[in-house]
Amino acid sequence: MKLVSLEMGSGGRLMQEFIKERLLPAFKNRYLQVLHDSALLPAGLALTTDSYTVDPIFFPGGDIGTLCVNGTVNDLVVSGARPEYLSLALIIEEGLEMSSLERILRSVRKTAARNRVQIVTGDTKVVPRGQADRIYINTAGIGHMVGRPQPEKIKPGDKILVTGTVGEHGLAIMLARNSFRLSSRVRSDCAPLVFLLPLWKKGALWMRDITRGGLATVLSELADRISYPLLVEETRIPFSRALKGAVEILGIDPLYLACEGRALLVVKEGDAGRALRALRNNHASGQAAIIGEVQDKIGRKGEALLRTSSGGLRLLEPLTSELLPRIC
Amino acid sequence: MTPKKKSPELFAEWRSGSTVRNLLKTISGEIIAIKRPIRIMEVCGTHTMTLHRAGLKPLLREAGVEMVSGPGCPVCITPDYYHEAIINLVTSQKNILAATFGDMTRVPTARGSLQTTVPFPGSEIKIVYSPEEALELAGKNPGKEVIFFGAGFETTIPAIAHTVKKAAEKKLTNFSLLAALWLIPPAIEAILKSGEVAIDGFIYPGHVSAVIGQKAYTFVAEKFGVPGAIAGFEPADVLLGVLSVSRQIRNGRPEVSNEYRRVVRTDGNPLALTLMAEMLQPFAADWRGLGRIQNSGLKLKPAWKEYDATTRFDLKLKPSRSHISGCRCGDVLKGLIGPLDCPLFARACNPDHPLGPCMVSYEGACLIEYKYSSGEKKK
Repeated sequence: MKLVSLEMGSGGRLMQEFIKERLLPAFKNRYLQVLHDSALLPAGLALTTDSYTVDPIFFPGGDIGTLCVNGTVNDLVVSGARPEYLSLALIIEEGLEMSSLERILRSVRKTAARNRVQIVTGDTKVVPRGQADRIYINTAGIGHMVGRPQPEKIKPGDKILVTGTVGEHGLAIMLARNSFRLSSRVRSDCAPLVFLLPLWKKGALWMRDITRGGLATVLSELADRISYPLLVEETRIPFSRALKGAVEILGIDPLYLACEGRALLVVKEGDAGRALRALRNNHASGQAAIIGEVQDKIGRKGEALLRTSSGGLRLLEPLTSELLPRIC
Repeated sequence: MTPKKKSPELFAEWRSGSTVRNLLKTISGEIIAIKRPIRIMEVCGTHTMTLHRAGLKPLLREAGVEMVSGPGCPVCITPDYYHEAIINLVTSQKNILAATFGDMTRVPTARGSLQTTVPFPGSEIKIVYSPEEALELAGKNPGKEVIFFGAGFETTIPAIAHTVKKAAEKKLTNFSLLAALWLIPPAIEAILKSGEVAIDGFIYPGHVSAVIGQKAYTFVAEKFGVPGAIAGFEPADVLLGVLSVSRQIRNGRPEVSNEYRRVVRTDGNPLALTLMAEMLQPFAADWRGLGRIQNSGLKLKPAWKEYDATTRFDLKLKPSRSHISGCRCGDVLKGLIGPLDCPLFARACNPDHPLGPCMVSYEGACLIEYKYSSGEKKK
């Protein structure tokens, strides 16, 4: 009997397969098949939804409340839409401390206010003890388009940017679970990306928030979508020092660690310098960097390549299975 | 106030493009002097990882050095019948808690993998990140028989053996070890004796060597006349090893050079070696691909038999005839073929549907090739 495995939801290749082979054919329509982070609907509206099941629900740098607002807001932003209204559906396990619930709702309220979005509808369900793990949250978001992703216009010479240091959210969660007994100053990067909206009018051709599967998976999926290979330079990718130390000890490749407040952008060659300056002047993206460019000399169509700090080239593959540290 | 001065980044120098370029240039000079390309086996899976992750393999090839992966992945060389024995146990008895490392749970066998196994009611399979965690499970689950299926080379063997010692000290009566413990030097000797693979030299595993010491490989140079170097795991470490081996070849003076002196001593780690000698004894073990090799495995000495899962549960560790057809992991482990030469590679066998352990383990040559290498594969 075939069983659903964890990897089917981990943002990697198995999840892509599931979406393409099961979901798309079942619900086929012109909005869904674009497979972007949000559906782009008539009248310039964008709609997105996401469910949040993070464990633990409170972690350094955020909690499930900040996450469920930022995550959905960010999906709209990278689709070219200004987020306006959100729904909030809570699935709560019987026995969750009321104080935790209140703390989460405070986070939701604060994060919504910070993003200038309103929670306009919702739902509350409580399930018997053991039938859910503390709390799951689903949010949907809607907003008006202010720009449009144009992957078809991406051409050699266009620049690839990240909006800050990568991998902290994934690592913070891993460490918060304490399986590794390693403490670190790494905090989740969970944050809104609304500051990116103006860039849609200043040369941005494509954006994607870097979530599950990390930077490598996002790059590899972008390469699949366009007509030219991508090349990024390892030495230009920003990582925090605390993260570098921890991944070294754990033997984890930080290119596969998730973020919750970072995005990858492709910006027209001529606009990239200005876009970078704009990002660096904003304290939320002060460590933004141009990490590479769209190629026509190195690599083949469909490939995302990394020039390593040692000067070698390697292919970036999408995440294939949940991260595990080395055993020997 | 002046800002606090930041310490230089730990490994930056060992990874820098300029260091790597200079080393490659020097290596290339040696190969020109040797007047033919050379083949070096990196015994350890973590070295294979370094070579691919840093993108060094094509650069070395240009310089005239072909790197061949060896048997240095404990998950890969552990025979199927170890997995089958523990799968049989956990599906047929209640109150068994089988604990093992994550990679081990995904190894496919004719009986499925530990990951796909549905345990007997009341029994379970748990992933642990360290041997110590397996021991803690025994303390936390007094009603269960905790069996730690521990696989490893000399690097991890002391830590695995230590759990048994600790269990005895803590008087834990529900803890036992299914030992899948393998020794590197006998495997190297077996590869040399078989003569199947033409190898000009070895890169010896850095962390195995930290335990067993530089002298453990003396026989390779003295008896077989084959050069070798112990190397660390940063790109420049591996290249230093390659450079040393090329120099030995050019000079015609094979030896065991230590290019990982910041970690490895001539005599190894005496504390770890004493613990191993106290608790474990060698036996003729089966390696996937290499077959049975004299004195290449370690098992608990009879004094510790109550902690030995094989005696405690009367496990049958006998070679089974089941084999996944077409999988050439064995030949990959021997260095006879590269992953790309296996007809299943990236087709029937891929990280989502691995057919052999080399595609499962993070140190398996096939998974590493699949994950990191561009080129003539896939689709």
